[in-house]
Amino acid sequence: MSSLWPRLEPLLARVRKPGRYIGCEDGVVEPRHGRDTVSWLLAYPDVYEVGLPNQGLQILYEILNERADAAAERTYAPWVDLEALMRQQAIPLFSVDTHRPAGEFDVFAFNLSSELVYTNVLNMIDLAGFAVHARRRSPEDPLVIIGGHAAFNPEPMSDFIDAAVLGEGEEVIGEITEVVRDWKASGRTEGSRSGVLRELARIPGVYVPSLYEVVYESGSSRSVSTTPPRGPIRDIRPLHSDVPETVTKRTVSDLGQWDYPRRPLVPLTEVVHDRLAVEVFRGCTRGCRFCQAGMITRPVRERPADQVRSMVSRGLRRSGYNEVSLTSFSTADFSGIEDVVSALVPDPTACGAPTISLPSLRVDAFTVGLAAKVASGRRSGLTFAPEAGTWRLRTVINKLITEEDLYGAVESAFASGWSRAKLYFLTGLPTETDVDTEGIVDLAAGCVAIGRRYTSRASVTVSVGGFVPKAHTPFQWFGQNSVEELGRKIRLVRDAASRAKGVNVKWHDPAASLAEGIASRGDRRIGAVIERVWREGGVFQEWSEFFDVTRWRDAMAAEGLSPDDYVTRHRHEDDVLPWSHLSAGLHQDFLWQDWQAALHEFGLEDCRWTPCYDCGVCTGDGLEHIVASPIPPAGGSQGTGQDLNRVGPVPVDVRVARVAP
Amino acid sequence: MKFRLAYTKLGKVRFLGHRDVARLWERTLRKAEIPVAMSTGFTPRSRISFGLALPTGAESLIELLDITVDRVQGRAVSEAPDLGKWRERIDEALPSGFAVTYVGEVAAGDVSLQESVTASSWILLIDHPDVERAVDALRASESALLERERKGEMQCDDIRPGILEIGIARAEHLDSVVDVWPGDPLRSGSATAISAVLTTSGRGIRPTELVQALIPGDEPWDHLTRVLRTQQWIEKDGQRIDVLSDSVARPQVCA
Repeated sequence: MSSLWPRLEPLLARVRKPGRYIGCEDGVVEPRHGRDTVSWLLAYPDVYEVGLPNQGLQILYEILNERADAAAERTYAPWVDLEALMRQQAIPLFSVDTHRPAGEFDVFAFNLSSELVYTNVLNMIDLAGFAVHARRRSPEDPLVIIGGHAAFNPEPMSDFIDAAVLGEGEEVIGEITEVVRDWKASGRTEGSRSGVLRELARIPGVYVPSLYEVVYESGSSRSVSTTPPRGPIRDIRPLHSDVPETVTKRTVSDLGQWDYPRRPLVPLTEVVHDRLAVEVFRGCTRGCRFCQAGMITRPVRERPADQVRSMVSRGLRRSGYNEVSLTSFSTADFSGIEDVVSALVPDPTACGAPTISLPSLRVDAFTVGLAAKVASGRRSGLTFAPEAGTWRLRTVINKLITEEDLYGAVESAFASGWSRAKLYFLTGLPTETDVDTEGIVDLAAGCVAIGRRYTSRASVTVSVGGFVPKAHTPFQWFGQNSVEELGRKIRLVRDAASRAKGVNVKWHDPAASLAEGIASRGDRRIGAVIERVWREGGVFQEWSEFFDVTRWRDAMAAEGLSPDDYVTRHRHEDDVLPWSHLSAGLHQDFLWQDWQAALHEFGLEDCRWTPCYDCGVCTGDGLEHIVASPIPPAGGSQGTGQDLNRVGPVPVDVRVARVAP
Repeated sequence: MKFRLAYTKLGKVRFLGHRDVARLWERTLRKAEIPVAMSTGFTPRSRISFGLALPTGAESLIELLDITVDRVQGRAVSEAPDLGKWRERIDEALPSGFAVTYVGEVAAGDVSLQESVTASSWILLIDHPDVERAVDALRASESALLERERKGEMQCDDIRPGILEIGIARAEHLDSVVDVWPGDPLRSGSATAISAVLTTSGRGIRPTELVQALIPGDEPWDHLTRVLRTQQWIEKDGQRIDVLSDSVARPQVCA
């Protein structure tokens, strides 16, 4: 086992924030590498500060290290200053735990939370010192596996990965370990790489792109031809009979059996979420149609309230943190929330009681009451996500928040001492008109007016992001707005806000939405684009100082691909989508019907408390929602017991006319 | 009640910045269940005051912090806490590279750490063929001008008055270093060990600035292989005395 530490050490005083490369976190375990153990390098392709708090990675790190046949270490993307020195001195990518070279691991596994990190994956593989193209790798090179939300359409990454895992990793990671262990024991002989990939493909939830062929209008991807394939996808099929036609995501049925992380990793240097995190439930059935995270993590599985309490108290004692975040997509929905919060709420007479943070708040007064109960110290700002400016558009996207809900929540917040609110919105949503876009500012101005009754300092910040349709959602068929159109809408919001007192606007670069759009619904042809962007220096694409849309436009042009075709085009019902052989458990029929329902402004209630509408996830996987309470949470907005018949005519028709071939 | 802790910061953790170390101490004292007092106000914070910042990348045999311990709230502290037990619990909670070397009570009227310490002793390992000559030259000269950027403007200071002592490290200096730098960077490489006492009051001198004065024009870390703070000094009756030697009369535990 070699350590790169002696070579790395002299470089660290010369780079920014060297503390992120030393490891030594509280909670790390000594990895036991050996011939009989599979060594995993768990990678997060962004900087340490962003990657370390990632709970998925921490959970897998711990589960693997508990196994006798596995050892796991971690790595993150080195910042550009260290990378330059490493390349100059031919020092490969290393693990932060024991500073072992990345190339010495058996599995190099990436957690991908967004598409814009794809180029960093290539960079890290290259920095590790082996081929970025999977087909050029030798038996001794690590197997590159991706997982996480941005691996649900892994097609753009198919040239570079050996496998992708769909869904939750707790169980599948052990099954992968066993296959790789046997391969390692067999001596990883010449040619054996294809054998192990074939074995991996038999594990439910594991997708091996090289075992599938994509047939395009111009011919198969496997045909020997110098010209790249042209035209739409006609078919995607496995090359062998033992390779599944459809790969379906993995889901852990009972979160209560997985009380991880038990030994949370506490960094020695400041990171983005510098507090204890305890996941209270997984999945979401609010049914927001734009939200990939909600769609792909169904069903809802709550953690028993007792377990939440014990994970919090054990975690705080272990870590020394005095702040805990109760995480989920909507923590106010957790059946045990009031019990858990009451047990934790700081006793004002005691010192050092923990602060509780509740990310992802639902928009209603009850939720704000909860937030007020846990808030300590200065009440600076509360964040809500109405996502769209009018009720009509909110029924389209199924974010079923009424104006009354929002104003009630905001009123409650200002009345409880908050002086600022932040509102998240998307623009470029299906059927959106300028009335909806300007409605964003009307809502914000309405909130300011309420706030001014309580404090003259009341202000509302509106954050606007361009909507990027994602795979496995009802909006996967929707043609994204062009950069110009998103820019125009953002200007509309800014202009309107300049006339509204107390309303500030922040916005995301619409050009970044173009790159994200290319990657998120891309097919295998986009691999060459990602590679070009990376080779031209396009790393850290989520960091605005490194993002330049020209690289993406140039790369598309160089590959003869049209951004319109991938991004702004509405898809037709019988288009073969690049991920049509991959399933998040949702019936394609359900998604299409939900898309049609969206276009008819038809809202859908949360199925936790209303009859099943058969999205496919529970029935297909033999799962159930695990919710401790049969009744919806108090004051619950968003599709529980609301009047959903308050919509007007549909102003925009986004149906696609079939063009004669 | 106020207590002073001394600790080491050695090895990999030398790459942690001052802020990171401050946060680490807040967590460590909570883990060790030391009843640190909280400040009042909107955002209560642990009442810990840190000594002189140690530059990121430098190691130290003596770093200092003072904590105020609460008698009133929740977990009341007994009149005479068992400092030995505290030390054990803190050591247990600290990551490797940090170790407590001293815990002692501080008298009520003592000035803050930041104000009282006037100088630090350092051992620097410098890898440059001309370093011995440069040390002699610097010792002989009456001024050493150094440019630095401050608030966006270049300014030129004479750092020579702040260099209280400088020389090639002698055997007695190096005794304390042998255990700290295993693998013996002193003998294996081509580096030369320099010992220096640098002022910390007024225009404080950083060890990297000393290297810049010795080897002008280069990045200091290109030549500075290791650097270790070995002592912190206070002034008493015109004499330089060790920061901890002033409090021997009070209850304390030492390494």
